[in-house]
Amino acid sequence: MTQSHRIDAKLGGGQIDRTKTLRFTFDGLPYQGHPGDTLASALLANGVRLMGRSFKYHRPRGPLSAGSEEPNALVELRTGARQEPNTRATVVELFDGLTANSQNRWPSLRFDAMGINDKLSAFFAAGFYYKTFMWPKSFWEKLYEPIIRRAAGLGSVTREEDPDEYDKGFLHCDLLVIGAGPAGLMAALTAGRAGKRVILADEDFRMGGRLNAETYAVGDVPGADWAAASVAELATMPNVRLMTRTTVMGAFDHGIYGAVERVADHLPTPAKGKPRQSLWRIYSGRAILAAGATERPIAFENNDRPGILLAGALRAYANRWGVKVGERVAIFTNNDDGLRSALDLQAKGVDVVAVIDSRQGGSLLPGIRHLQGAEVIDTSGKLGLASIAVRQANGRSENIAIDALGVSGGWNPNVNIHSHHRSRPVYDPGIAAFIPGSDGPPGLLVAGAAAGQMSTHAALKTGRDAAVAALELSRSPDLPEAEDMPIRITPLWHVAHGKGRAWIDQQNDVTVKDVKLAHQENFTSVEHLKRYTTLGMATDQGKTGNVIGLAVMAELTGRSIPETGTTIYRPPYTPVALGALAGRSRGREFRPFRLTPSHHWAREQGAVFVEVGNWLRTQWIPKPGETEWRQSVDREVLATRKSVGICDVTTLGKIDIQGTDAGAFLDRVYANTFSTLPVGKCRYGLMLREDGIVFDDGTTARMGEHEYVMTTTTANAVTVFRHLEFCRQCLWPEMDVQLISTTEAWAQFSVAGPNARKLLEKIVDQDISDAAFPYMGAGNITVCGGLRARLFRISFSGELAYEIAVPTRYGDALLREMLARGAEYDPVVYGTEALGVMRVEKGHVAGGELNGQSTALNMGLGRMVSKKKDSIGMVLSQREGLTDENGYRLVGVKPVDPNGKLTAGSHFLEKGAAPVAANDGGWLTSKVYSPHLGHDIALGYLKAGDKKIGQRMRIVNLLSGLDTEVEIVSPHMFDPEGERLRG
Amino acid sequence: MVSLQPLTALGRREATTVTQGPLSITERSDVALASVAVRKGRGTDLAKAAEKADIPLPGPATHQPGTPYSAFWITPEMWFVEAPYASHELIADLLKHALGDAASITEQTDAWVAFDLTAPDLAPLLERLCNVDYAAQPEGYATRTVMDHLGVYLIKHGRGSARIYGPRSSAESLLHAIETAAHSVW
Repeated sequence: MTQSHRIDAKLGGGQIDRTKTLRFTFDGLPYQGHPGDTLASALLANGVRLMGRSFKYHRPRGPLSAGSEEPNALVELRTGARQEPNTRATVVELFDGLTANSQNRWPSLRFDAMGINDKLSAFFAAGFYYKTFMWPKSFWEKLYEPIIRRAAGLGSVTREEDPDEYDKGFLHCDLLVIGAGPAGLMAALTAGRAGKRVILADEDFRMGGRLNAETYAVGDVPGADWAAASVAELATMPNVRLMTRTTVMGAFDHGIYGAVERVADHLPTPAKGKPRQSLWRIYSGRAILAAGATERPIAFENNDRPGILLAGALRAYANRWGVKVGERVAIFTNNDDGLRSALDLQAKGVDVVAVIDSRQGGSLLPGIRHLQGAEVIDTSGKLGLASIAVRQANGRSENIAIDALGVSGGWNPNVNIHSHHRSRPVYDPGIAAFIPGSDGPPGLLVAGAAAGQMSTHAALKTGRDAAVAALELSRSPDLPEAEDMPIRITPLWHVAHGKGRAWIDQQNDVTVKDVKLAHQENFTSVEHLKRYTTLGMATDQGKTGNVIGLAVMAELTGRSIPETGTTIYRPPYTPVALGALAGRSRGREFRPFRLTPSHHWAREQGAVFVEVGNWLRTQWIPKPGETEWRQSVDREVLATRKSVGICDVTTLGKIDIQGTDAGAFLDRVYANTFSTLPVGKCRYGLMLREDGIVFDDGTTARMGEHEYVMTTTTANAVTVFRHLEFCRQCLWPEMDVQLISTTEAWAQFSVAGPNARKLLEKIVDQDISDAAFPYMGAGNITVCGGLRARLFRISFSGELAYEIAVPTRYGDALLREMLARGAEYDPVVYGTEALGVMRVEKGHVAGGELNGQSTALNMGLGRMVSKKKDSIGMVLSQREGLTDENGYRLVGVKPVDPNGKLTAGSHFLEKGAAPVAANDGGWLTSKVYSPHLGHDIALGYLKAGDKKIGQRMRIVNLLSGLDTEVEIVSPHMFDPEGERLRG
Repeated sequence: MVSLQPLTALGRREATTVTQGPLSITERSDVALASVAVRKGRGTDLAKAAEKADIPLPGPATHQPGTPYSAFWITPEMWFVEAPYASHELIADLLKHALGDAASITEQTDAWVAFDLTAPDLAPLLERLCNVDYAAQPEGYATRTVMDHLGVYLIKHGRGSARIYGPRSSAESLLHAIETAAHSVW
């Protein structure tokens, strides 16, 4: 294919590199373009106007614009795992090998069977599915919705994993300038020359904004050249960061802006290890919104055919990309900017056959048929524009054969980011558009066309002045000369003619008729209008359509536009890939891992790991011949109870508590007393929340007169520390208490079983006999010839047990040494499953019981809540509702038939009681198989459970169909006298 | 003589250096670390004792180098004190001896993994890891920040020299995060 619509280079080469050719395909056909092209400009250069089908009616569509506001030319870019739907051809930077396909059509773009929707449009007016698909009710989910979703839609998503990487980062500056048109460049120059740290971000791959699309001069050079020179000057400043291909997509709290940098979207694939996109969080003292303005169309019948573009877009394609969209072109305008488009096109050798100017009076354009007081009332052409029908001032109609029409209904300042904090734009009748209000995000100033300052001179001036004001600069640089034409516009929102459809929101297929229907059905507020018609709810957020829809509603209601209201915008300014929001937090890297000191040893053994928060804990360690997890867990339990087992318990939180008030502090945060704990001893502690519910439990040891070491559950390590800091800093700042976490500083192992002491005696340098180191003893020791360590004689398994801690770097070696030196006792390393079995056998509470709903009384630990002192939660734990003598109590449960099965979460029922909520007696909190007892056992909360020991009940689980007869027993199901513990 | 062989936070016998372009990431297992917190109302006593023992206690957001002790501020009335591990493995005991009962002192050596980063300019790397405005901070700047969801301390020794203290158990994840960010830059 030749580039048949490329303007002769002699008439102006545009900002493309004609010396290089890029090859690409669209719907499988090969085309050529040049560096500097967008996909849209390259397709238009090849005479391709038809680029998509509309959302609802499947109408043929081509590009409306030349920028990010594009509603129509949405394509699926790339193939395979990198296929990306809904990509705006008007902003896709052309690269060699680019592959694009049209979307939302079948079987082809030129012949789309779903085009039948257009013929049936009378049935598809706004709100049609609310009214049409009402019955039968069951059909909605199974039949109607799938059909509608298939018929109405955008592109398709690849089912393959995204192969690219996405970065996140943080930037800081004195001034963020959003948009690099004349206002933004002048602001950046002003701040940059003053030595301020500036970030200048622009969504385009070439800075200059509208200057790249215009022909007029800035100073004594063309505007595009001035822009290039300005960018070159800024690039030499170390205090200025230029960010092309970067869309500032949102204004957030505290001067933070979000920006997406398309690092590699202009390349076939990102370089290895490099991100495709980066999501930047920009912290800026001040920001200037210089995002320019977006031209809006005029609604008239069949105004959506391929070849009908915004007049400024026709001008941009000609000036910047050297492309004439049509051979015979007309302009339909209500303002002077449309006339500028006509003159620019004519200068590029385009045959401008007519300018249809809705205004009366004023001077006529020289050398162009200028029809004043005229309107375009209809168009024709099956897959692209072929002719327009014009109603002249005298009422006569005329058909004019053209293949491109430029429409200019005026320009809307891009206020979007200014309204991200809910600032409402205000209507400026001088430009017939909304401009930013006065209550935008703090620190954000607006300059240039975004502020309604439409001339180049005004843009330069307001850009400079905004920078001076934002940064309180003492010097204000001179401005180059530039055009300062006044805005001359006579608003025309839609052409009243006939009964056909006139499009307002082209992406969501919202027409003037739909707005009329919304009015007819009394959805007249702006917010109702939006939701009833879907106006502005497409991926373009109604950048070209919202104001027209609002104006049409104003006409219908007889109110002014300000009285009718306005819509505001939310982030993101343009669509953002979910990958960019996720960054690197996906798959295995969703969050960091925490590895225990024994991790490397366990991995060597083939351990199975379980995620506990960020920790990877050993769940069990299979041995050869063990084919399922229970075999491993049973073996670990039996071996521990028979001889000795070792478990890595480093994950338990450890908090070092020091200070002369440390004991008194613990008395206040724990329900039981710690100030009386002798040095060298430890005690089980129960911590309540303010509301009297159990918060956490653990063992705290007194290592010195003013020094304690608290342990917490693994799950609550952080929350307990945070709670203690709150207590220390906010509740009792007068106390002399200092806290610091030592969870990671010490590798800690539980050594449990009848031979635990014998094994440790081979490691520990001191005497740890029962007399020298009795039950609940704690102290600093040394191991293996002098290494500092800590020893606690505590047990979670019910066995003679210790917890031994060494500096973490020695954890791996300590484990290996214990296994080697204690080999004669056949030690086993057990995981969290075996740990769970042994603690249930002993009736110790853990996660299932510490569920945030239960009291110490529920757990059978009510006497631990000391009444002799005040502590957090003590008073509220005495509330009537929490002290019911028939309330839930922790019980043990075993099946009457040893083969009977139990499952956690099942409910207690009396025998013969119906399985309804009214008969619910409580639930099983934890269930394990006890290899010692030879059957399932469980813990549970049972109403008046302490009075039902020995009774028989049922355990019912309606989900699994379980209904097992059980006996209620003491929670202490193994060695209830604790003889092994103190052995 | 202790018979146990230590492992570094990365699970290796010896601390290693990883390079990516001009960036070097060196695990430092030869640094002893302890927290020093002022006991209630004992600030003056602590300051005197610290001055006498040549233990720096710098102001907020600051790291102060010294020999053998360096220190950085971590929160009001609390510091982390560094010293060579070979000579100060028992850093908590040594500090307690020097500072007496005016401070609460806790060994922190193995609670953290320390990575020293060197490159001509670390700002392009660190801006992809944390929200610290590295370029604008002076040498000797120390702060708590977040990298890859992990709470870390960042100390700026120079434009191209920094130390990161991260949670020891997540040493591999933190190193991976630094390496992948480095790939984006270099």
